[in-house]
Amino acid sequence: MIGSIPLSDVLLASAALFCVGLAGALLRRNAITIFLSIEVMMNAANLALLGYGAALGTREGQILVFFVIAIAAAEASVGLAIFVALFRHTETIDVNRINLLKW
Amino acid sequence: MSSGPPLWVIPALPLGGFLLTGLLGTRLGKRFVTAVGLGSVALATVAAYWRLLEYVFQVPSRSGEFSFHPVTIVERVSDWVATSGFAADIAFRLDPLSALMISFVTFVGFLIHVYSTGYMAEETDAGYARFFAYLNLFMFSMLVLVLAQNFLLLFVGWEGVGLCSYLLIGYSYEQEYAASSGRKAFVVNRIGDYGFLLGMFGLVGVFGTLDFDRIFRSAAADPARFAPALTLICLCLFVGATGKSAQLPLYVWLPDAMAGPTPVSALIHAATMVTAGVYMVTRCNVLFRLAPEAMAVVAVIGAATAIFAAVIGVAQNDVKKVLAYSTISQLGYMFLACGVGAFVAGMFHVLTHAFFKACLFLGAGSVMHAMSGEIDMRKMGGLKRKLPVTYATFLIATLAISGIPPLAGFFSKDAILTAVFGAGRPVLFGLGLFTAGLTAFYMFRVVSRVFEGTFRGTPEQEHHAHESPRSMTIPLIVLAALSVVGGIVGVPPLLGGGDRIAKFLAPIFLSIAGRPEGRGAELLSSTEWLLLGASVLVAVVGLLLAWKWYAKDDGRVPERIAAAFPAAYRLVADKFRVDELYDAIVVRPFVALARFCWKVIDVLVIDGVLNAGAFLVELAGDLLRFLQTGNVRNYALGFLLGVVALMLIVMGGM
Repeated sequence: MIGSIPLSDVLLASAALFCVGLAGALLRRNAITIFLSIEVMMNAANLALLGYGAALGTREGQILVFFVIAIAAAEASVGLAIFVALFRHTETIDVNRINLLKW
Repeated sequence: MSSGPPLWVIPALPLGGFLLTGLLGTRLGKRFVTAVGLGSVALATVAAYWRLLEYVFQVPSRSGEFSFHPVTIVERVSDWVATSGFAADIAFRLDPLSALMISFVTFVGFLIHVYSTGYMAEETDAGYARFFAYLNLFMFSMLVLVLAQNFLLLFVGWEGVGLCSYLLIGYSYEQEYAASSGRKAFVVNRIGDYGFLLGMFGLVGVFGTLDFDRIFRSAAADPARFAPALTLICLCLFVGATGKSAQLPLYVWLPDAMAGPTPVSALIHAATMVTAGVYMVTRCNVLFRLAPEAMAVVAVIGAATAIFAAVIGVAQNDVKKVLAYSTISQLGYMFLACGVGAFVAGMFHVLTHAFFKACLFLGAGSVMHAMSGEIDMRKMGGLKRKLPVTYATFLIATLAISGIPPLAGFFSKDAILTAVFGAGRPVLFGLGLFTAGLTAFYMFRVVSRVFEGTFRGTPEQEHHAHESPRSMTIPLIVLAALSVVGGIVGVPPLLGGGDRIAKFLAPIFLSIAGRPEGRGAELLSSTEWLLLGASVLVAVVGLLLAWKWYAKDDGRVPERIAAAFPAAYRLVADKFRVDELYDAIVVRPFVALARFCWKVIDVLVIDGVLNAGAFLVELAGDLLRFLQTGNVRNYALGFLLGVVALMLIVMGGM
């Protein structure tokens, strides 16, 4: 199915998605939003992997995507746990106010 | 070929003694140390004399005339240095010269060990063991020095005796003076050793080997080829000799070496070690004979040292200091002899000097022992009744060193003076003759001040004064006896002797190709009688003058002379202020240089570079740490910029 879309279109969509995620990660202050933005960037990478896999007619792209999804799930649980602990401690998840570890 | 012990055994025995006394001596006590320290040297003496007698009487002659087989026995023990271009073995050599040396090194060494058992008896167990360990190590080094077959092994002994000298001068290292005197001896000797090393490098460069036989044979076989390089080499070797044998300008350590115990002064700083320079020059006689300029330097330095030290000796009040300057002066005589080509006369004087100077030092030690360590002869006097044996032996040795016939010193000193005259050096002869008179004068001054007249010390000292134990007096008697008869080996034909020592040593003088044989011009026998009479005359004059001034008039005349020329007297009494001169021109600039290296090079430059580096790193850290804002979004921006930069680099590279 994805094979019927030209590779350049897939890559363009992937790049657009990545930029959206990047902008979110850099500009937002809410830790959970940043986290979600990072997930968006990761999925942009997944999309690129799928596009290349289809274009080359191999399965490795799809296999790699499954790995990324699995690790992203594990990472999400760790990240969310950190946010919960952080919130209990500082009562905020605004990253601009969480800056104790500096010079 | 030989049934005696191998040569390496002779130095190895004292080495074993050194290890045993050094490692176990403190724990096992004085009896053990005495047994091992004395026993090892006694065995070495026996071994040496076994080999000596066998060597000397190898071929018994029908007429009973003294004869020997003039061979050189070389016994190789093992490889040592073996490279493609250069090799040196551990090998020992028995030839007439080393035979002569070991004959008195072992025997006088043994006597001094015996004496030390009495002299050092009141030391602590640890001190006693340390002392004997060092003495044994010294015997080992000295025997290696004289038995070595190549310059490298000789140098091992050369450095070893220097080390032992340092250790024994600083024996009472708790005293600042003893410790610094030891250091001075070591440093001054190192300066000489440096010259010796340079000489050895030169020999390796010219001959490609350090083996005695090979060097001397090639030099003698082809003088024209080697002679040009030899002047410099011989001068370098002679610098080593001036350090070890306390000649101008490196003599300054020997008077201070008297800070060591008296047996050490007798053994190392009078009888054996200081003669190593004369031995080395005589050993290299082939090289020196090919370098007339170097010979001239040796002769002039020797004569200058002889008179210089004798003059200083006249104005000293410390008995051991007088003996030290006397030793320097007598060593000057030996070099004077070598310098005019009379190596035999030089070695003869080495031999006789070993006897009477050891006797004098041991006698001085006996006096010190009786006087509870007092050494200033102004506080002595009239001791001949308290110390009859010491007095008699000291007097004999004094007569011997003054050159009164028929004692040993007369023959050797006369041999030297005759040779100098025969070599056509009237100025040097005059200096030597005058020195002979001075020698008699200052030695009789000592005898008069110490043994004659009335006692000038404290009543307790007078009450305490007593003759030394037998372990000390017996060596004195033996050495005094040798001072009387030791000259017999070198009685010149003029006096009906055979000059055996010259015949004995003849094989060490290789004949040089294309050069006529002969030891200088033959003198008329009337001239020889005249020279002989002159040397006896000046000795007797010096002796009687000292006797009259110091024993009869109790030193009033010299006091008046000293008062008449106060500046000159102070200058001589202050030893011509040579120490102060060296202090000003060598020591202080050197200390200043060392301080410069410390304060400027080390503290400023090296530490400065290090500290500046550390400071810069710290400064950079202080500035860069503000990049760590603690804000995650800044870091994320940093990632982005980094990735963009990487991509630009990678893309641009494509």
